[in-house]
Amino acid sequence: MTPMLRTVADTAPVAPVADAAPVQIQVRGVEKTFAIGAQKIVALQNIDLDIRKGEFVCLLGPSGCGKSTLLNAVAGFQPPTKGTVTVDGRIITEPGPDRGMVFQEYALFPWMTVAQNVAFGLEIKGMSKAEIAEKVEWLLQKLHLQDFRNRFPKDLSGGMRQRVAIARVLALDSPILLMDEPFGALDALTRRTLQDELLRIWEEVGKTILFVTHSIEESIYLADRIIVMTYRPGTIKRDVVVDMPRPRDGSAPEFNRLKRELSQMVMEEQQRFSQDEIRSVTAD
Amino acid sequence: MSQAKPRFSPAALLRGSLVPVLVIALWQILSTSGLINPVVLPSPVQVVVRWWAYLLPTEAYDPAQSSWILWALSGEMLFDAWSSLYRVVLGFAVGAGLALPLGLAMGGNPRIYALFDPLMQVLRPIPPIAYIPLAILWFGLGNAPAVFLIAIGAFFPVLMNTIAGVRHVDGIYLRAARNLGAGKLTMFVRVILPAATPYILAGARIGIGTAFIVVIVSEMIAVNSGLGFRILEAREFMWSDKIIAGMFTIGLLGLAIDIGMNRLNNHLLRWHRGLEN
Ligand SMILES: Nc1ncnc2c1ncn2[C@@H]1O[C@H](COP(=O)(O)OP(=O)(O)OP(=O)(O)O)[C@@H](O)[C@H]1O
Ligand SMILES: [Mg+2]
Repeated sequence: MTPMLRTVADTAPVAPVADAAPVQIQVRGVEKTFAIGAQKIVALQNIDLDIRKGEFVCLLGPSGCGKSTLLNAVAGFQPPTKGTVTVDGRIITEPGPDRGMVFQEYALFPWMTVAQNVAFGLEIKGMSKAEIAEKVEWLLQKLHLQDFRNRFPKDLSGGMRQRVAIARVLALDSPILLMDEPFGALDALTRRTLQDELLRIWEEVGKTILFVTHSIEESIYLADRIIVMTYRPGTIKRDVVVDMPRPRDGSAPEFNRLKRELSQMVMEEQQRFSQDEIRSVTAD
Repeated sequence: MSQAKPRFSPAALLRGSLVPVLVIALWQILSTSGLINPVVLPSPVQVVVRWWAYLLPTEAYDPAQSSWILWALSGEMLFDAWSSLYRVVLGFAVGAGLALPLGLAMGGNPRIYALFDPLMQVLRPIPPIAYIPLAILWFGLGNAPAVFLIAIGAFFPVLMNTIAGVRHVDGIYLRAARNLGAGKLTMFVRVILPAATPYILAGARIGIGTAFIVVIVSEMIAVNSGLGFRILEAREFMWSDKIIAGMFTIGLLGLAIDIGMNRLNNHLLRWHRGLEN
């Protein structure tokens, strides 16, 4: 993998990823239905999506619109009912370390210390002890975890756990990062710090990131592209390119214009969500 | 970890010892009043004296024979306690040693589970004590039947909890491990097994408790040493003071085992969230 070097020092407004970059993740005609008893839920329908190498893409939409389902299909945890997901030309059938996933619930192994959690994927790869130690050290430094290396996850704050989860996945050197609302449970300050760290790492090592969020601001702050999803069936409503230089300023007029626009779109879907909720409540 | 209050504050000590002291005082009054035959109920003082004699070496110290330490440990009680503990540990190791791999296999593989579960369901409700006649028939007298019975007592709690532990591993850990590239073996050894340890250790605790009950019973039947044997022997001589002294020692040994298990538990589960220290 050739890292795409993108530095903060780039002065010219960064074009939303060089259009020359090859498509890395290709989602074609993906449909996913869940059967709950006799009821059939169409979680995803007609999803076509191309994500280029090095691109930072956010999936945005109200709760229950199928964001996690789509991410799981790309990760290989839940194969789609119809259609295919292709990564670097290979059809995805199972999870693998080439698509590192940061789970919403952190999913750290509680019986391992911070350092052991980060080292786990490297040990599986069969790296030598010295190499592992060096890499773990580097990652702990990078995510400001060096003082907590011997702690167990239960003795960490939410933000620290999230950083460990990110370090654990970064250790894999996977070209693709899948992140499911990774900052959802954090306070605003920690959240912003981690967002900046993530951008810094992304710019440094040039990964393709698919990032699920339901925060509009977060998506504008981070993404090259924002995919807005519809609610039931989950389809792609809009594919919005964010053409603003980073670091992005939340008070800039452009930022706010985009925010209003996206809010409008999400609101429409949110309303269908609430109506749906009311219907299902009255139906019970 | 929470800052525990000093457990042995004088006031707490006083409050804690109030009831035991009253009971012992009452017991002493009853047995010295002449109302009760001292063979039926010896006085506490008599019991303590007997316990002390039971603890002390039986022969005088002879530097030519053995070292001072060996002599000090040569008393009947320590030998009995050691015999019982040895059987518990050996029987438990055999029982848990068989239950753990079987439980892991049954919990992890539905086909193995389907194969073994019917037999286990049939055998499980049989109390270990009910195996005594068979154990003696098969193994005669001595350590073998005792170890067999203790192993059975430890087997089922460990087995059942191991199965439950493996089955209750949170799917999120499995998904995370698969995502990190873990194969079947790594998954089992580094994810499923540690995730199941809280259950397994709970089973081990129940198992060692059962083993301790079974050791006393089996010593009353199959062997000529150990604390269980000693109190039955004392009954034949109508030494009620020694019976009670022996019971007290059994209690102490049980307590020691429990403390040991607790320590092990706390160490192995130091990562665990719900741990009360
Ligand atoms: N395993 C499952 N079984 C049945 N239905 C499911 C399952 N997983 C998801 N669904 C349904 O599919 C729809 C999409 O779920 P999904 O988890 O992808 O939503 P989401 O956009 O990630 O929501 P949130 O923001 O709340 O995480 C929901 O309506 C959900 O009820
Ligand atoms: Mg979700």
